[in-house]
Order: sequence, then structure tokens, then C-alpha cells
Amino acid sequence: MSFISYFINGVSLGSVYAIIALGYTMVYGIAKMLNFAHGDVIMIGAYVVLTCVSTAGLHPALAVLIGIVACTVFGIVIERVAYRPLRNAASPLAVLITAIGVSYLLQNIALLIFGSNTKSFPEIIKLPSLSLAGGKLTITGTTILTIVACLVIMAGLMAFINKTKAGQAMLAVSEDKGAAQLMGINVNGTIALTFAIGSALAALAGVLLCSTYPSLTPYTGSMPGIKAFVAAVFGGIGSIPGALIGGILLGVIEILGKAYISSQLADAIVFAVLIVVLLVKPTGILGKNIQEKV
Amino acid sequence: MKKMKKFLSLALAAAMTAGVFAGCGEEKTTGSDNSAQSSSSDSGSSEGTLKIGCMGPLTGDNAAYGEAVNNGAQLAVEEINAEGGINGMQVEFKCEDDEADAEKAVNAYNSLKDWGMQMVMGAVTSGACTAVSAETANDHMFQITPSGTSMDCVAPYDNVFRLCFSDPAQGTKSAEYIASKGLATKIAVIYDSSDTYSSGIYQSFAAEAKNQGLEIVAAEAFTADNKTDFSVQLQKAKDSGAELVFLPIYYQQASAILQQADKMGFAPQWFGCDGMDGILGVDGFDTSLAEGLMLLTPFATDASDEKTQNFNKAYEEEFGIEPIQFAADAYDAIYAIKLAAEDAGLTADMDPSEMCDKMMESMLNINLDGLTGVDGITWDASGEPNKAPKGVKIENGAYVSMD
Repeated sequence: MSFISYFINGVSLGSVYAIIALGYTMVYGIAKMLNFAHGDVIMIGAYVVLTCVSTAGLHPALAVLIGIVACTVFGIVIERVAYRPLRNAASPLAVLITAIGVSYLLQNIALLIFGSNTKSFPEIIKLPSLSLAGGKLTITGTTILTIVACLVIMAGLMAFINKTKAGQAMLAVSEDKGAAQLMGINVNGTIALTFAIGSALAALAGVLLCSTYPSLTPYTGSMPGIKAFVAAVFGGIGSIPGALIGGILLGVIEILGKAYISSQLADAIVFAVLIVVLLVKPTGILGKNIQEKV
Repeated sequence: MKKMKKFLSLALAAAMTAGVFAGCGEEKTTGSDNSAQSSSSDSGSSEGTLKIGCMGPLTGDNAAYGEAVNNGAQLAVEEINAEGGINGMQVEFKCEDDEADAEKAVNAYNSLKDWGMQMVMGAVTSGACTAVSAETANDHMFQITPSGTSMDCVAPYDNVFRLCFSDPAQGTKSAEYIASKGLATKIAVIYDSSDTYSSGIYQSFAAEAKNQGLEIVAAEAFTADNKTDFSVQLQKAKDSGAELVFLPIYYQQASAILQQADKMGFAPQWFGCDGMDGILGVDGFDTSLAEGLMLLTPFATDASDEKTQNFNKAYEEEFGIEPIQFAADAYDAIYAIKLAAEDAGLTADMDPSEMCDKMMESMLNINLDGLTGVDGITWDASGEPNKAPKGVKIENGAYVSMD
């Protein structure tokens, strides 16, 4: 019975990783850059929601909406101010370093505004727990919501990319920026849109993450951010279903490793599995091996 | 209020800087950066000053500890200065931020030395303190840590003393306490294996539990990089049938553990150490979850003795919050310095190394009637304090003494 409980917790944690990983994978797929500040946008989103609920006393649904809007704006601004000017820099390292800089900037801004003290995230998802097998197995409402939200987001995103014009434009930009521009696609606009979607998802991920693990500090986003990045690489960076598979696998491996091998070595196990996967399949589980044409 | 204080301290720092310029100007000026938290009394003394430096986490994850130490020490310094200082010397106290990081603590130590620090009351957290202790031993500067609990902070060095209990002492005393009060026989432990404080307590707890006939049915660890999800550790503790869960960890993680345990319907007796102190102050934390939680700490705010009551009152008036154990530790540490310095007959013209020699001798002579040891605190040459712990329980959202 406890195995099932561990497994479900793993899927739930993995779903959060998957939602965050989407942000990484979309941005990488389209802008070919690693947005290391993505994890910190999660934290900003969580703080915005926390402030709306605790200080302003808004309805949780409205607060989440404000959080999403705030993160979207944030994502677009970060892209416009910090990344776009460097897009054609001589070295791709420039934008990577900037991303790390933005990450620390966000953490320190949060430190200044919200202080360093751990804040307890309010219970904004009030769903009853599911009790199975005569009370031996309890699944919390947050867990179920997290998993469902992840699946819905994934399905919605796939539909958006495959069915809409903007989505097709994203695909085109991800394949060849120059050619897409020649075909009349607004490349800058498309990249900004990608950041907007990724950041909106980060806000949602922040709410789900903090609802499951309700303590919030300015550093809350950094570790899940790194794990989600691993999940994206795991599943094949650039691939949206890959982010889902990578995220959930990572969550399950982490929790089961903790439960059955060693609670101290949870992270070591996760990264060991990553190394093995990359040795066997360097592009990740669903990654495509695209050959550079010279 | 806080702004006002900052302004005052800025003004004082500026005045001090000006004083240095007016003098022969040999001393390095400190500038008036706003992190300076110096407090000196209004009367400029002819007997000179004693500069005590502190390094602690004023920002970052463990800021509650650093702020409490800073506040507690300032309170003691203000009292001492108002009563004429130590041997006529006015005390200046300055706390630099180290974010509980060893490297930053050493940087803070060096910048405090530039400021003219003559002895150290710090560092606040174990890891940072271990790094600073190595430096003070090198420089032969007297050091007393209010709250660095690791053996490595004190044991290897002659010049370093400790006011709080060491990790092994906390673990041992916790096991003794649980056994003597008959709180439980089946015990689960959740600890942070990446943290010297937590794993140190766990090891000595496990050793003493065996002696006391307590059974540790689950010992689950987490690490600094994996400290948000406790579902597995809690599930294992629950499955093991533990009656009591021992949490030798800091309050931030403890608050997350209590919340997650509540969601999964797990309600054992919780038991913590001094790192648990502060859990009621976590923003937005539903304190009803901590109801019944026990912790072993040398300081309880509800203690009825006059000294504690006066301290609480002064602290609340000055800083607007209830003091935690770290504040009391720092307050006592400053008074320990005062007692020893008076016993040693320190004067302002001694250099830090000479002061250190005298302080090391005098620390063994004093008996401090402090906040964190009711029957007096004494020290032996190992640098460890001798005092009795108190069991505290959270009732109706407040700490209540169990003894």
C-alpha cells in the first residue's frame, strides 16, 4: 500500500517538474537558449499569489489569475530587456550568463521585497482528500489537482502548437529562424510569446508546488528549476511530450529512490539515472537527432 | 521604529567616523554602510572602548537566528553601557551578515578586524562558526559563540568558548529527557544529513537512545537540496508505528514537515531541539499544527523568574517581537564576556591577543546567572558550558515550560 502512495506522490511531484520543464523546453526549442531564471519566475509567481491572498485578501482564483498575468508580463520584460539584445551576440555563452544573472537578480529582489524569512503558503486549493482501501491510502486533493492540471496543460499546449497559426509559427521559428523570418513570421514576437506562455505556466507551477510543499522563500524556485531542467534534458530538450515524460519519470524515480534506496541519496540517484539515459540516448528519451547542415 | 534605529545607527556610525578623522587618523575608517549595527552609548568615555564583533545570518534562510542574536546582544550592550561599561570601557557591538555561509563569515570576520574588533561574539550558525573559529585561533582572538552547536566550533581550539549546548549534548539530553519522562519508546527521527548540526544531534541521540532503552524505529534523512518534499520520510515514520518523531532540525523544514504530516493524517508527538525555536514565527504558518510540540531548549519565554521577565519586556519594547532562545544566548554571551573581562581586569590598551590570554583564564572562574541557565552557567577548559536544559511545550500558540 505504501508503494502506491509513494508512486502517486512521485507522479504528483513529477507533474510539477513537467510543468516547469515545459518552460525550459519551449524556450530552448525556439530561442536555443537555457533560461536559468525560469525557476525564479516560479518563486515570483508564488509570492504574487501569496501577497494577493494574505495581504490583499483576494479570492484564491483571482489571486492565481493575477499571478499568471504578473509572471507573463515578467517573462516578456525579461526577454525584452535581458535576452533579446544578446540574441545575435558572438558567443551563445553571453545569453547563458545573463540568464544566470537574471536568476540571482530575481532572488535578491525577492529577498529585498519579501525578506528572507520562510513564509507559509496559504491553503488555496481546498479539495477533500481521497481515502482509499479503508483509510490506508490517502491521496490529497492537491495531488490529484496537480496531476490533472499537468495533463490538461500538456494537452492544451499540444493543441495550441499544432492547431493555431501562432503555434505553427513557433514550430517554424524553432526549425529555422532565418527562413521563418523570410516567410513573414515575426520572429521577435514569436519568441516573446514563447516566454509569455512559459512564464504563465511557471506561475501555475509555483502555485501547485507551494500548495504541495507549503513553504516559500526567495530560493524556493531554484532547486525545482534545476530539476525541471534535468527533466527537460531527460525527456529530450525541445520536445513537449518529452518534458511530460521526463518530468514524471524524474519525480517517480526521486520519490521511489528516497523510499527504497536511501533518503539521503535521492538526488544522487536522480542524476545517476540522467547520466545513464544520456549515455544510452544522448538526445534524451524523445529527443530528435537533428544533424547540422553545413 | 526600525527606520528610526537605522537612522540613529547611521548617525552614530557617521559620528564615529568623524571622531576618527578628528583624532590622529591612524585607524581605518569603517565608512557608514547601513548594515552597521553599532551601538555605543552617548557619553564618550575616556577609558576607551571594547569592540565586540559578531557574524551571523541577517539575511537568508536562517535570518531569524542572526537577527535574534544581534538584537539580544545589542540589548545587553546598551544595558552595560548605561551602567558604565566594562572596567570603564564603553562596549561597541557590530554584527555583519554572513548568510550562515562559512566563506561569507570569514569575510565578515576580516572586515570586522579592519573595524578594530577585539573579541568575537559569534558566529551564529555552526558551519560559519567552525570557519571563524579557525581564524580566531590563528589570530589568537577571544571568541564565544552564542549558538554554534557543532563540536568543531569549539573543541579543537583553546580560545573558543560556547554558551549553548553542543550538538552531542543536545542529542544526549533529548534522549535522556524522553526516557525519563516516559514520552515514548518507539521513536522515529527525521534529520538533515547535509547539516552538521542536525546529523551531530542525531548521532548522539541514537547512541544515548540505546542506553536508555528507546527504540529508533525509523531514521530518515533529507538533504539541503531536497528539503521540500517530506512525504516519503513521513510515510516511513508512520508505517514504522512511531509514537514520537524526533526532529533535530531547523524550524523552516519543521514547519513544512508539520504541514505535510497534517495533510496525510499523521499526528505523533513531535519533539525538537533548539533549532525548533522560532517555528511560531513562521509567516502564515498555522500554529495550531505545532500544538503539543515539545522542544528542549535552555530558554523559555514564559519562565517566571524576574530576569527572564525583564528581558522579555525590554526586548519586546525595543524590537516589537517576542525573543527566541538565540536572543537570550547572545544576551548571556555578552554578559559572560563582561564577567570574564572584569575578572581579568581588561583595559583598552591591551591588544586582542593579550586580552585573549586573560579571558581564557577568567572564563573558568566565572559563574554567570544568566537567562539560559537558571542555576548558573560555568565553563571548563574545553570551552563547553555546564548548565541544565528546560523542556518546553507549545500550548495555545505559546511556549510553556514543562518542568
